[in-house]
Amino acid sequence: MSVEKLIFEKGAPGRRAATLAAMDVPTASLESMIPEDMLRKEPAPLPEVSEIEVVRHYTHLSQRNFGVDTGFYPLGSCTMKYNPKLNEDMAVLPGFARIHPLQPDSTVQGAIQLFYELEQYLAEIAGMARVTLQPSAGAHGELTGLMLIKAYHESNGQGHRNLVLIPDNAHGTNPASATLADYKSVEIKTDPGTGGIDMDHLKAVLDSNAANVAAIMMTNPNTLGLFDRKVLEIATAVHEAGGQLYYDGANANAVLGITRPGDMGFDVVHFNLHKTCSTPHGGGGPGAGPIGVKEHLVPFLPGPLPAKGDNGYYWADQGSQSIGKVRANKGNFGVLVRAYTYIRTYGPDGLLHVAQSAILNANYLKHELASDYEIAYPLICQHEFVATAERQKEEYGVTALDIAKRILDFGMYAPTIYFPLIVHEALMIEPTETETRETLDYFVSVMRQIAEEARTNPEIVKTAPHTTPVGRLDQALAARQPNLRWTTGQEETH
Amino acid sequence: MSYIPNTPEDQQAMLETLDFSSFEDLLAPVPEDLRLRRPLNLPPALAELDLKRLMNGVAAKNKNLDTVISFLGAGTYDHAVPSVVPHLQRRSEFVTSYTPYQPEVSQGMLQAIYEFQTMVCQVSGLDIANASLYDGATALVEAVLLAVGPGGRGEVVISTGVDPQYRRVLHTYAHARGFSIKEVPARNGVTSSEDLDAAVSATTSAVVIQQPNFFGCIEDMRAIEPVAHKGKAVFIVNITEPASLGVLAPPAEYGADIAVGELMSFGNTMSYGGPALGFMAARSKYMRLMPGRLVGQTVEEGGNKQTGYVLTLQTREQHIRRERATSNICTNQALLAVGATIYLAALGKHGFRELGELCLQKAHYAFRQITALPGFKAKFSSSFFDEFVITAPVSTQRLQHHFEQAGIIGGYALSDSYPGMPNDMLFCVTETRTKEEIDYLVDVLKEVQA
Repeated sequence: MSVEKLIFEKGAPGRRAATLAAMDVPTASLESMIPEDMLRKEPAPLPEVSEIEVVRHYTHLSQRNFGVDTGFYPLGSCTMKYNPKLNEDMAVLPGFARIHPLQPDSTVQGAIQLFYELEQYLAEIAGMARVTLQPSAGAHGELTGLMLIKAYHESNGQGHRNLVLIPDNAHGTNPASATLADYKSVEIKTDPGTGGIDMDHLKAVLDSNAANVAAIMMTNPNTLGLFDRKVLEIATAVHEAGGQLYYDGANANAVLGITRPGDMGFDVVHFNLHKTCSTPHGGGGPGAGPIGVKEHLVPFLPGPLPAKGDNGYYWADQGSQSIGKVRANKGNFGVLVRAYTYIRTYGPDGLLHVAQSAILNANYLKHELASDYEIAYPLICQHEFVATAERQKEEYGVTALDIAKRILDFGMYAPTIYFPLIVHEALMIEPTETETRETLDYFVSVMRQIAEEARTNPEIVKTAPHTTPVGRLDQALAARQPNLRWTTGQEETH
Repeated sequence: MSYIPNTPEDQQAMLETLDFSSFEDLLAPVPEDLRLRRPLNLPPALAELDLKRLMNGVAAKNKNLDTVISFLGAGTYDHAVPSVVPHLQRRSEFVTSYTPYQPEVSQGMLQAIYEFQTMVCQVSGLDIANASLYDGATALVEAVLLAVGPGGRGEVVISTGVDPQYRRVLHTYAHARGFSIKEVPARNGVTSSEDLDAAVSATTSAVVIQQPNFFGCIEDMRAIEPVAHKGKAVFIVNITEPASLGVLAPPAEYGADIAVGELMSFGNTMSYGGPALGFMAARSKYMRLMPGRLVGQTVEEGGNKQTGYVLTLQTREQHIRRERATSNICTNQALLAVGATIYLAALGKHGFRELGELCLQKAHYAFRQITALPGFKAKFSSSFFDEFVITAPVSTQRLQHHFEQAGIIGGYALSDSYPGMPNDMLFCVTETRTKEEIDYLVDVLKEVQA
């Protein structure tokens, strides 16, 4: 256990790291250029540290952080696969990294070409007519997709439709996005037998609200890692009621080359390129959340969209039906370069093999863990599955949280816990395709050891982790007395 | 090429463990009529060397700022990035981690974000800041949503001096969410308190002003603030050029309730405008309404009480509140925030001020030289930071042609966003431009004949 001081507590007055450009122009007094009451009086109280202090400080911080490059990261629903180094190198080529978003089209032909081609690749993978690369993340794609659906209904005189149906196992972003689009969420139950949507409940909701249903949002395979076999039946029922189908692409890693959201009947799909296309998660961003749509929604897409003409590539304005822009500039280009490189690396056969291997790894883990942990739905899973600590909690008072913390002691990250909400003591496990069989076997051996500890020495699990830079932290204190920033003199108050 | 480590033999053995004979058995849950029984129509796989060659070729079709002189700003600014920043930011423990759900093994990222939140407070003067947002435009939207409130329908008043792209994004969200927007014209390049006074009413939920504004002009915030606050509106200040805060008064000093904007230019690559780094700072009374991630300092449970960092106040967020959430954001731009944090640490207290002074002096030198040319006039008389509008004797289209001939990238043609400004160009001069390059721009303009 160790402490790393804050950068503000290091250094000394007068120290600095970076030197800037030379002042090579004749100067004027600040007061002659800026009104006095708009001038900053005191410099911002930023750190005063030398370069070696900056380097050691942030190197130490990185060493106190766990990434995929550090070890196994089976965080369910997050698809923490290996992030290829090649993709990183491509993203920082000056021709990609050092271009301004408002440069004339003639000076960024390569960038527009990359947008143009990546859109086509993603449209093919999704089975959609057209794609926009503008949304910045999955949740941003969701909101954009719902805005499109809203614009579509309004254009058909159906603007009164105000309900979005969302399964009870959905990500929290789904209902939050619906609210932001001024929709009301209606929860649809899960069929406890299949883990798919409860068709009776869905039909009952559709029967009583048909005129007001705007859309249904689904993930398939869903957050239980199960493929909903009734998806075509669902699509028909929702379409007959006048609603649209939204595909949350969080789990698209499981369908690459196997099946396509467009063929399942979906009208809108978003991708999480930071999951499916292996762009790094960066500690929580940046991501990218492109959306694909069927033909009838194309006129509503945010613009501009890339186009190819006689004089090369250019940005074409979207017409008057477009919902408008959802962010500044064209999208998270740096992320898109990585995704493009990823798709070109694998090609069609490779992407299919990605999905197959992800599914195999997940089923292998599920099979091996089933002797010691309850599996929420003991069926063939796709890219992930949900185990539970219900047995351990009931018999020994050891929770999913305790097990997650204990896993950290063995040099691995923890699964997603307590999600989906419909499974008690959930441990949601997604190994991805980039893990070796030996790593999976090691994880299994650790999980079995923890199950054994729960029986014989539960305290070691309940007080874990024991080997990390800090032990369990007081979350309640953090929320009760929020300390969100350092202030001068703070060190004396601790 | 492939990043799948298991060989066909490994995979066969694993399948046998499961009592399966092939991958097809694992795909049994997918109905046959949904299966794509053909290869995806994508280009074939490439080996690393071939792919590098291809990507280098695509990149080479772009003119990049390492090889071409540019005077473009207009919301995206070229500030030099010291080598120390990418070397540390790209350490793979930062790059390949996810949102720090398990704080015990994520202290590095959590502490870096806590330092980021602190630095955003230090440069803005405000009390609290979040862990970052997608970009400046969506940060502005989030601030407005906070002001409008759940179910709120109050009108938002915004100056046309706010970046036109940001306003377009705000209009998109306003339509979906169902609130209205009133735009106040920035006549003579700035927002007048009289115009604002006429627009703000008792039902105004937010007043949004950009500093410096899109024309580069410095708004008279001392006159604007009392008008913005005459009712119950939240006074939101948008900052797209954060280097200005090296020399300009911080938003807290002139009464801003919330400051938002774009920090991508601090330590990160420009990358054609994304990924970007939206920030939001606010008075502490807005703490429990803040969108996005927040990192807080706490101590260990039990007896040890060592300091540590966690994601906190999560009951605000979508994964807890679901349909009752006021924002659907579930990521931040953590890696870019790390870049900005290292950048600001490297510049430090004195370097940050110097950055502001360099931009200010170089831009004013360029302004003096250009406005001394016959036929080239300053569009506005207001003071500015590192951008200014010049009315040329010819259309900006003709100007662009001259720049192309000269092999440089000129300023931003305002006619793209503002009707009635056919000859007006917005020039940006940051610390990255040398006197020699500025003089070259002036020489190019000298050749322009009406």
